[in-house]
Amino acid sequence: MICRWMALLFAASLALTAQAQEAPDALVKRVAEDVLQTIRGDKDLQAGNQAKVKQLIESKLAPNFDFTRMTALAMGKNWRSATPEQQKMLTDEFRTLLVRTYSGALSNYRDNTMDYAPLRMNPGDTDVIVRTSVRRPGQAPVQIDYSMAKTPDGWKAYDVIVAGVSLVTNYRDEFNDEIKRSGVDGLIKKLTDKNKGPTPK
Amino acid sequence: MNSFARSIASTLALACALLAGCATTQSRVDPFEPWNRAMYQVHEAVDGAVIKPIAEGYVRSAPEPVRTSVSNFFGNIDDLFSGINHVLQGKKERAGDDFGRVLLNSTFGIAGLFDPASEMGITKDKTDFGITFGKWGAPQGPYIFVPLFGPTTVRDGTGWLVRIYASPIGYIDDVRLRNSLFGLNYLDTRAQLLSAESVLEAAALDKYRYLRNAYLRARRYQVYDGKPPAEDEEE
Repeated sequence: MICRWMALLFAASLALTAQAQEAPDALVKRVAEDVLQTIRGDKDLQAGNQAKVKQLIESKLAPNFDFTRMTALAMGKNWRSATPEQQKMLTDEFRTLLVRTYSGALSNYRDNTMDYAPLRMNPGDTDVIVRTSVRRPGQAPVQIDYSMAKTPDGWKAYDVIVAGVSLVTNYRDEFNDEIKRSGVDGLIKKLTDKNKGPTPK
Repeated sequence: MNSFARSIASTLALACALLAGCATTQSRVDPFEPWNRAMYQVHEAVDGAVIKPIAEGYVRSAPEPVRTSVSNFFGNIDDLFSGINHVLQGKKERAGDDFGRVLLNSTFGIAGLFDPASEMGITKDKTDFGITFGKWGAPQGPYIFVPLFGPTTVRDGTGWLVRIYASPIGYIDDVRLRNSLFGLNYLDTRAQLLSAESVLEAAALDKYRYLRNAYLRARRYQVYDGKPPAEDEEE
């Protein structure tokens, strides 16, 4: 009995270490292919069943993002002037917004195929850019890059760059303008209202 | 070229000239923001009432292989212009790929309806006159939002004009065929934008601002071949 527990524990710890040590490009490829396979094999997901799409994002995509860091970067210099409570609310609302945005878009990805560029990375690097490109029938490929940082829980993405447009940088303009107009609380309210609105198709 | 496209082209030319004239005293990227925002409202109203429903109907009713072939057909003409622009940008190898694609897809791909070149690994790489002008050092000029055509700048809009005048479709003598092709080209482009539009709808706190900033960054990225100099974080 004890032997069996030991073996289980050993296996579990092996699995954990394997995950922690997974290279960032391998992580992106595994997650992307997993998600694409899931969508291709599920009619509900293709039809845009929101509950199922959301569950897929929460279980497979979201754990690989560092939302606190994304929010801090999108806030820029305003991050430090926000109170810890405001920072937490901002992170929660921004996370919700991003998940909702992805939920609307994900069902369109069925016909996409992904190409993965070889990763240029030195041993000991803790910050890398994983480059991919998405092919869609009848259209030019779109380059999608992930900025990733090494954390105690493995590699986490903190920015997505689509055709040269950084998600975080684009939101920095949005956040800056809102904060200039109505302060950090105004931005929180704006995000909360947006998230309460109708679910995007 | 038909008179419709021509009148659009000359209106655009006039607008560009006027805007370029005013622009010299302004330094910000969007000096005509109030005007542009009004045009964006006009666009949303007209597009939402007429164009978008047609594009959605097209996506619902036309089978996917048909739509892909329509995209491929117009994409083949785009490849020709990408090739010309890559030559003008001094990228001879890339231009060779573009012309190779046109050759393969026009013949084995049956007038561009299919895309065997991509299957063979010769990938598509879109560029246009606006990017070429940018590489030659032309400043982008003020941002302009043109209803039913979308975001552009003085430089990119000038590129559109060159492209509209040069388009082979404009040289077709049969008026009905020519106008149908222009219409189908527009519909195909609009349909391709539906999914990007729903992302914009979901993501943006202010759609006008989000679209403008994303458009200008994407163009800048292309002009600098994917290595744009760092932006100033503060305005």
